[in-house]
Parts: sequence; C-alpha cells; structure tokens
Amino acid sequence: MTDTTVKLSDAEIRAQMLRDFWYHFKQNKGAVAGLFVFILLVIAAVLAPLLAPHDPTEQFRDALLVPPVWAENGRAGFWLGTDAVGRDMLSRLIYGAQYSLFIGVVVVSIALSGGIFVGMIAGYFGGWIDNLIMRVMDVILAFPSLLLALVLVAILGPGLTNAMIAIAIVYQPHFARLARAAVMGEKEREYVTAARVAGAGNLRLMFKTILPNCLAPLIVQATLSFSSAVLDSAALGFLGMGAQPPASEWGTMLAEAREFILRAWWVVTFPGLAILISVLAINLMGDGLRDALDPKLKKS
Amino acid sequence: MQDAILTIRNLTVTFATATGSFTAVDGIDVRVSPREVLAIVGESGSGKSVSMLAVMGLLPETATVTADEMVFDGHDLLRLTPAERRQLIGREITMIFQEPIASLNPSFTVGFQIEEVLRLHMGLGRAAARARAIELFEAVGIPDPAAKIHAYPHQMSGGQCQRVMIAIAIATNPRLLIADEPTTALDVTIQKQILDLLTALQESHGMALILITHDIGVVAETADRVVVQYKGHKMEEADVLSLFEAPQHPYTRALLSALPENATGDRLPTVSDFFGAEGVR
Amino acid sequence: MIRFLLTKLLYLVPTFLGITLIAFGFVRVLPGDPVLLMAGERGLTPERHAELAAQLGFDRPMWAQYLEFLTRLLHGDLGNSLVTKKPVLAEFFALFPATLELAFVAIVIATVIGVPVGVLAAVKRGSWFDQVSMTAALVGFSMPIFWWGLLLIILFSGILQWTPVSGRISLLYFFPAQTGFMLIDSLLSGQKGAFSSALSHLILPSIVLATIPLAVIARQTRSAMLEVMGEDYVRTARAKGLPRARVVMVHALRNAMIPVITTIGLQVGVLMAGAILTETIFSWPGIGKWMIDSISRRDYPVVQSGLLLIAGLVMLVNLLVDLTYGLINPRIRHK
Repeated sequence: MTDTTVKLSDAEIRAQMLRDFWYHFKQNKGAVAGLFVFILLVIAAVLAPLLAPHDPTEQFRDALLVPPVWAENGRAGFWLGTDAVGRDMLSRLIYGAQYSLFIGVVVVSIALSGGIFVGMIAGYFGGWIDNLIMRVMDVILAFPSLLLALVLVAILGPGLTNAMIAIAIVYQPHFARLARAAVMGEKEREYVTAARVAGAGNLRLMFKTILPNCLAPLIVQATLSFSSAVLDSAALGFLGMGAQPPASEWGTMLAEAREFILRAWWVVTFPGLAILISVLAINLMGDGLRDALDPKLKKS
Repeated sequence: MQDAILTIRNLTVTFATATGSFTAVDGIDVRVSPREVLAIVGESGSGKSVSMLAVMGLLPETATVTADEMVFDGHDLLRLTPAERRQLIGREITMIFQEPIASLNPSFTVGFQIEEVLRLHMGLGRAAARARAIELFEAVGIPDPAAKIHAYPHQMSGGQCQRVMIAIAIATNPRLLIADEPTTALDVTIQKQILDLLTALQESHGMALILITHDIGVVAETADRVVVQYKGHKMEEADVLSLFEAPQHPYTRALLSALPENATGDRLPTVSDFFGAEGVR
Repeated sequence: MIRFLLTKLLYLVPTFLGITLIAFGFVRVLPGDPVLLMAGERGLTPERHAELAAQLGFDRPMWAQYLEFLTRLLHGDLGNSLVTKKPVLAEFFALFPATLELAFVAIVIATVIGVPVGVLAAVKRGSWFDQVSMTAALVGFSMPIFWWGLLLIILFSGILQWTPVSGRISLLYFFPAQTGFMLIDSLLSGQKGAFSSALSHLILPSIVLATIPLAVIARQTRSAMLEVMGEDYVRTARAKGLPRARVVMVHALRNAMIPVITTIGLQVGVLMAGAILTETIFSWPGIGKWMIDSISRRDYPVVQSGLLLIAGLVMLVNLLVDLTYGLINPRIRHK
C-alpha cells in the first residue's frame, strides 16, 4: 500500500470542512426547513418594495379593520385585512421583516464583537483582569434581561436604535463567557505556544491564532441571540419602548392592536405569527448548527 | 468436554452507523463449560466485548444480533421471555466492566448498589441485605467493610470499586461471571490482586468465568482455555497450555512474540511484522 | 461543602455592590436635572431647589452620595415613590406576593409537565412522541409570550368565556390580605366562590408565564437523560437485571436531575423578566407591572430601587440554586 497523504491547500481544507458541515446539517430536516424559511424572510425584507401590495404607512380611510380576504366582509386587495387606521396588514408584515432582520443583525454584531473582545481579554490575561471583567458580566447577568433593556431604554429614550443598543449590552455577557471559556481551553495548546515562540504578539495570538478555533459555540450562541433579539425587540416594541409607531415592526404592531383583540383577531394574530415563524426558523437552524458543528468539535 | 453452560454458534453483531453498517462480530463460536475459565484475547476492535454484551443483552438499539445458537443453561438468549430474563441476567449470569468507578452510580452509596441486588434477586429484607453486603465486602477483600457500605464511589479507589463490582457480581451466586477487561484501568500493582481475587472466587463459588482481556500475558496464569479474536473473527481456540506451547494461527504467534517476556533480539516485534499492511487473513 | 458555600457567598459581595452601583448611577445618567427627577416637584424656586438638593444629597461629591445611598439601603430606606408618596420598599413588599404566587404556580406547572415529558422523550428517543414533544418545546421557546397571552385571552376569555380577562380575583370579592397569596387568602376568607374565582384568574397568566420555562425544562431534561443513559453505571444497572423502570427512574433520573434542577432554578430569573410582560397583559398587580408603570410615569425612585430589589432577588435565587447544586451533587456534598 502506498503512502497517499496529499497536502491540501488551506482553501481546499476549508472547502472540505464546509462540505462535511453541510452534509451533517442536511441530516436535520427541521434545520433545513428553518434555513428555507429564513431565506424567504431575507427575500421578503430585501424585496419588500416589490412584494408588498401597498405602502405600509398608507391609511385607507374607507377600509378600517377589514377582515382577511377569506373571512366575511373581507376585501380583495387586502389579503390579510387592515388595521385600525386602515393600513394593509400584509404590506406591513412584509416590511416588518426588514426591521426584524436588521435588529437581529445589528444586535448580534454588537454583542458578538463586544462580548468576544472582552471575553478573550479576560480569558487570555487571567488574573485580576479576568476577575474584574467577569464580575461586571455577572452584574449584568443578575438583571433580568428585559428589565435591564427597559431601564436602559428609559435612560436613552424610546426608539429602535436605543432598544437595539440596550439589548446588545444585555446579551454581551453570554458571548463574553463563551469566548473566555474557549480561550482558556486553547491557551495552553501547542499550536499557541508555537505561534508565540515564532514571535506573534498578544493581540495577534488572541484574534488570529486562537479565535478561529473557538468559533463553533460562538456561532451557535449567535443564532440563539439572533432569535432572542427579535423576540426582545418585539417585546420592547409591544411595551412602547422600541420602534415607535407608525413603524411596521411586528412588536409595535401588536401594541397598537391590543385594544382590538376581541373585535379584530387578525390584527393580533398575524404579527405574532410572523414573529413566531421567524424565531422558530432561526432556532431550528441553530439546533441544526449545533448538531452539525458538534461532531466536528468532538473530533478536534 | 462436559456439557457447555454457554453455547454460542455463528454469532454476528452489526451496528447501524452514520456511514453504513459496521460488523463488529462476524460468525464466532464460543463454548464455556461450568466451572471453566475461558479467556477471550484480542486487541481493541476485535469485538471481544461486543459478543459478551450481546449475551447480556446490553447492546444499544443500533445493534443487530443474529446467531445460529445462543443458549445458556437451556435458555435461548435470543428469545428470552421477560420472566426468563429476570431469572438469568444479573442473577445466573453477571458481568463486571473495565472502568470500575464509572461503572458505579455516583449518586448512591456502594452499599445501596449492592443491597438492591440482594433485595431484588435474593429476596432479602433490609437488615439481612445489609448484613450480607458486609459479608460480601469482606469476601472480596475490602478493608473495614461496615464503614465502606456508606461510602460513595468517588470516595474509593479504582481497585476498591472493582472489588465492589465483584461483590455485586457474586452476590447472587451466579453460574457464569463475565469480566470485561477488569484490570485494564487499574494500577499494575492492583491488577494482580484483582485477578487473584477473581480466580479464587471462581473456584470457591464453582462458577464459570469468561475473562476478556487484551493482555495475553494475564491469560497464562488464569485461564483453562483461550479464544483469540481479531476484527470480529475467531482466530484460534485452544487450551492454555497448547496455545502457549504450540500456537497454530499466525496471529496468535504474533501476539505471543510481541510479549516483552518473549523478546529476543533488540527490537520488539509487532503484529504487522507478521502480516504486512493488509492485515490478517 | 463549607468551602463551596463560603466561596459562593463571597462572590456575592462584589456582584451586589456592582448592582447597587448600577442602580445608583442610573438616575445620574438620565438626561435632565437629577434633583427635579427625584423630587417630583414642579416649578422650583432656587431656594427650594437648593433645599431639595441638600436633602437628597445631590450637592455632595459622587462618592459621598454613593456611600449615603448604600447606608440608607442597608437601613431599608429606598426612597419614596413620586406618585404614591409611599416608601418604595413597602410598596415592593405589598406587590411582591402577587408576582411570587404567579411565578410559583408557573414554575410548578413547568416542572410537573416538563420533566416527565423530557424523560419520556429521552427514553423513547426518535419516536413520534420524542419528535412531537421536542418540536412543541421549540415552538414554545420561540413564542413571543405577550402574543401567546393575547391569543389565549381571545380564545378562553373572548370566544369560550371560560376565564376572566384581568386581575387576580373578581371585583365582587373583597377581603383583607393575610398572606398576600390570593389562593390562600380566598380560602381563608370563607366566602363562597372566592377560591374558584381566584383560581380562574390565575390559570391563564400562569400558563402563559410557564410556557418558556416548560419548553426549556423539557429540552434540558431530555438531553440530560440522554447523556446519563449512555453512562457506564446505567449499563451496570441493566447488567444487574434491574427492571427497566427502576433503571430509568432511580439510577438515571437521579443523576440527570442535577443539571435539570439547576436549570429550573435559573428559570426563576427568566420568570422575573417574563412576569413583566405577563402582568402587563393580564393587568396582574405584581412588581412586573409596577416597574413598567413606573418607567412610563417617570417614577424614578421606584425604578431605581425596583431595579435593585429585583436584581437582588435574582441574585438570591441564583445563590440558592448554587447551594442546592452543592447539596444534590454527591461529589461536592461528600468530599
């Protein structure tokens, strides 16, 4: 038998890892369904102006609280009915996808980068820096997340941007903890020592050498935080602290709909359903990601 | 040869895995007589543990067990009724495993774990079970048995935990005890003690003992007969003296040559020296 | 064990101080004049302003203010509400039982349903029960609970008219609060129908609040059980010929419960956040609703102290969870 070890280039190795990952991910039908729905969501958000039948803020004075098209008194043109001031539900829902995706991306980016940075420094340097940073994280974690976000928004003033910042701050500790644990696990490994001996500085070691090997749990947490961000920002919107009316954010839509729950069920049902489906899709993907990345984790 | 207490013919065990079906055991035969010590020797992956786990019914659901015959004392192990199963497994046939501390439940005292066997299978009441447990601990050489009854597995050493496992295994006076690599995870100094304990108990209780090991050196002192396995197949079977004096199969010869005691020359041979990279067969 | 306890207690101190710092700093970070914010009076003359500033301590350096804040805190003085003019601490204790009752019933529901479902799903892995229950759990976990509450109101209060829409008990009943727990008080009052009224008011909000913890507990129990059932000692239990039920319910479950109990305890913190939304929807007069109302009414003494109290509460619960973990994990309890 001949010795058949061929040296693959970095790009080829990465391509192989991607193929392995996709093979495992595909096995989980729920995850694939989630991915599919998520892609639909992205399409809805990006192509909203093309897909929505009406302008989301346009009020049709002659079509207040119209039921969905299949119900009694439904009107063609307003597929999912209209709200209390005559705005088309379907269009608002489609534009709402923009908010949800935007919120998810922004919140996760801030929380991820901030949390990783802080967590890596804590794990890498250890000692009093680690203690200090982790105490701060513990303090943040002691507050129920929604409450802290609410108070932060109260300080900063209601609105979408402030809501996103508040939520991102509240999620940071989760990423910080994961990053710290990962760094502490990898710090003493040989490849790190090798790089250090070769003259790599601390920053480079942390972010170019160690970090790429700790990505799996961080990615899983990122999907979880994405879905939580959508839920929490909807909650803030529902409480009047997030995106302000007339924004067609799904949570804000629910806040406006609250007084009509017994009269017009569609104004309440559809935005919530949109939230549920989006969050469910992302959570399904997250589950699939975790399972697909796990065997790789164990192998390494 | 007397009537065998355990007869296995053409046993095959396959596992369903993500990458297809894997055959761990391929058509092996095993016979054990009452009061006999049989050693099953092989390297990792030879399927030696799997065949015995199949006998006990301890394989996961992904495993498929087929055999022409798998009979213990007249009972067909492949088609056990629940009542028969309760009679046999854990009672007439018992098993001990490789990692003694991990094999005991960390949340219960060792006393609890042996007493539940005494109460279930031997029908003893609380006090009687407690007394018998202490006796058994003494019989397996656990110092200060009355105190150790209240100990948790993590408070004891590996050797002591294995003694507990042995005590549990002999508590029901089984006809057959299967020991799956009982000393592999233990200190070298303890290994001999445990093996001696096993052989002593085997004699005094008059039970059959199947000793699974990868250490062919251990076999010489303990076994009556030896089965050599490799990659799920049986390579050779012989009584211990014949095996050591005149090994028939090349694999057996390779194993024996690899023993440090048999070393001649300055380099210790390995199995692949005898077979090349294609492996055995 | 003792050392374990002491370490946990020790860590509380800096964390608690951190919490007080945040609560303290919060008012001072707000835009606007802190004196005006905390005094709640309008149209202050310069003399009155200075008077209030001195009274509230705003004229002193920051560290002195913080120390004063801490001292007052340790004496139980958390300021007065701007709206009701009553001490914040007293209001907290008046409203807390409502939230506690709701949270308690919710966690009981979540545990009593979640744990058995998780165990069964693990034991029957891959079966339809496993798949259906875990999918249901994922849906429950992905649900916006304020929407879920509204839906249930539509269904049970609106369409079926089985349950009331808001409050803790029908307005027909009035009796003094002895324990603060409506279920107990209604029984003690002896009034006919009071208990069932209290119960019917409690059912919907507690189901809504229980949903997410239930989903989390079910999933956690399942994965803990799966992990435990693959352990060597479970194989030993089977090898001993123990009946299947005993292997699962005694040997496996006992060990799986260790991480699960931790999860249950930590869910209490989640409940505090969830209570905010649930109490808002059902007009349940607990501390969640109190906080929301105070934030929108700009009742800053309440917000500041409420934050402190709730965070302190969560910290306490987490400590209890840590202690319980130390007790039930034999490796820590018996060194």
